Amino acid sequence: MKPAFSVIFLTTLIGTGQGLFLALFTHQSYSLFGLLPLQSDDFYGYGSALALLLLVCGLSASFFHLGRPERAWRSATQWRTSWLSREVIVLPAFMSVVFFFGISHLTGYRPEIVTLRSGLGIDLSVVLGVIGTILAFALFVCTAMIYACLRFLREWHSPLTVINYILMGGASGFTLAAFYTALVAPSQANFFVSWAVIITFLAFAGRSASLARNARLKPKSTMQTAIGIKHPHIVQRSMGSMGGTFNTREFFHGKSESFLRTIKPAFLILAFVLPLLALASFTSNPLLLGFVFMLQYVGLLAERWFFFAQANHPQNLYYQTIG
Amino acid sequence: MTQLALVIDLNVCVGCHACVTSCKEWNTSGSAGPLFDERPYGADPTGTFFNRVQTFEMGKYPNSETLHFPKSCLHCEDPPCVPVCPTGASYKRKEDGIVLVDYDKCIGCKYCSWACPYGARELDEKQKVMKKCTLCVDRIYDQSLAEIDRKPSCVKACPTSARLFGDIHDPESEVSLAIRDEGGYALMPEWGTHPANHYLPRRKTKLKIHNDELERADNPLKVDGQLPKPSKGDSSMEDVSAW
Repeated sequence: MKPAFSVIFLTTLIGTGQGLFLALFTHQSYSLFGLLPLQSDDFYGYGSALALLLLVCGLSASFFHLGRPERAWRSATQWRTSWLSREVIVLPAFMSVVFFFGISHLTGYRPEIVTLRSGLGIDLSVVLGVIGTILAFALFVCTAMIYACLRFLREWHSPLTVINYILMGGASGFTLAAFYTALVAPSQANFFVSWAVIITFLAFAGRSASLARNARLKPKSTMQTAIGIKHPHIVQRSMGSMGGTFNTREFFHGKSESFLRTIKPAFLILAFVLPLLALASFTSNPLLLGFVFMLQYVGLLAERWFFFAQANHPQNLYYQTIG
Repeated sequence: MTQLALVIDLNVCVGCHACVTSCKEWNTSGSAGPLFDERPYGADPTGTFFNRVQTFEMGKYPNSETLHFPKSCLHCEDPPCVPVCPTGASYKRKEDGIVLVDYDKCIGCKYCSWACPYGARELDEKQKVMKKCTLCVDRIYDQSLAEIDRKPSCVKACPTSARLFGDIHDPESEVSLAIRDEGGYALMPEWGTHPANHYLPRRKTKLKIHNDELERADNPLKVDGQLPKPSKGDSSMEDVSAW
């Protein structure tokens, strides 16, 4: 498939935004049970603002993918069957919860909603945080299922796709949270760094597993099933056009095989190996953490490019030779 | 229930592209707007087509054969492109099974083209909406046309009648008979899309003659040849010796 930059930025930016929100609320949940010192409202509030900024950027990027962006509102109608439609609903819902979660902290408006039997008070921000967490995971599932539900794009059609979207979004979000915390609340940075190490490691394992799976895939569709002729040697002499078509542009990455071979280890090193090595030093140096986040984000951009480029669409069987 | 479809006879298709040009001509002139062409006379032309004739070569020279293969939307009975559409622009008509795109609802997200294993959908670069074969839905029901003309443009244009059009759910229709009696098959059956369009295989008529059919065992000349030849002084007996 042709990697579209709008979709690469959409999926990586909202993944990081979701991960950052999950990181912030994880910290708040730990504090709720007294495991970590509760930070100021500003810490969670501005953190959510940063998450929201990433989500807005991701959503904006997605519009560049549409031929008719002015009709984008229509895409919320088919949620019964289309994962894309579900994403279109869940993304703004999640964004508004992140917004109100941030507002609840920044204004200090946190009325107690319920009191648990243990005497633990659950305030508005916690309720919003729980709803936000559910929506963040729902959004990961929707985004990944857009790709995983296409059964003949076999590189994508696997539960690993969903798992990896969750893990990679989480990894970049927690790394960003570590950077953010190192700047504004250095005492808490190690909490996020530890989680970032764990999630980045899991993401590394998950992505490696999907790469290993894809390397063993044998195509189900062949030239023989595509045109229904039983002959071991079939070559296309003409695709029925004198030049390129939508079908030659949309479904091939347009780069050489060696470029593809280079980008694979490159993204594994940038997105997983180097961040793991750097994070494992448990530094709370904001400069280093900021650099690690940028490195990982660039690595994830390359990962997403490769994710699209590697998927081999069966329609390519019909579009091999212009002539 | 009706499922309109094309049945394409690969045995008769000569690869003349008449179906391609007549399809383009009809569908670029309709009320839905033109099918976009860019640099039509340039070095690298590109454009939107509903139907294309592709050419394949089987085997290696000198033992190779050419196959002309017309390809358009197959109007799958279980179309994977329809449920993925986020706006409902892509839909399958209940009354006749035609898969259509509502150009006024399409947002041009291209997701349906990703979900079609046959590459039957093309984004119109001018209108920025997804387009595909409509089975000439604006023609086959047009009461102002003579009944004989209420067929898809490609079917009308084919000089060798390689394209049949009809309801494949009616067991006695021309298309159903062709599929049933002449080995009609669907493309990429492995994905369970159940394409409505079928292809009839290339068929070669061969006369099989065995050696014993060339040389009759009871040929009297041969019978004579097989009998022992008596010497000149011997008496001869009919049917026992050569003479």
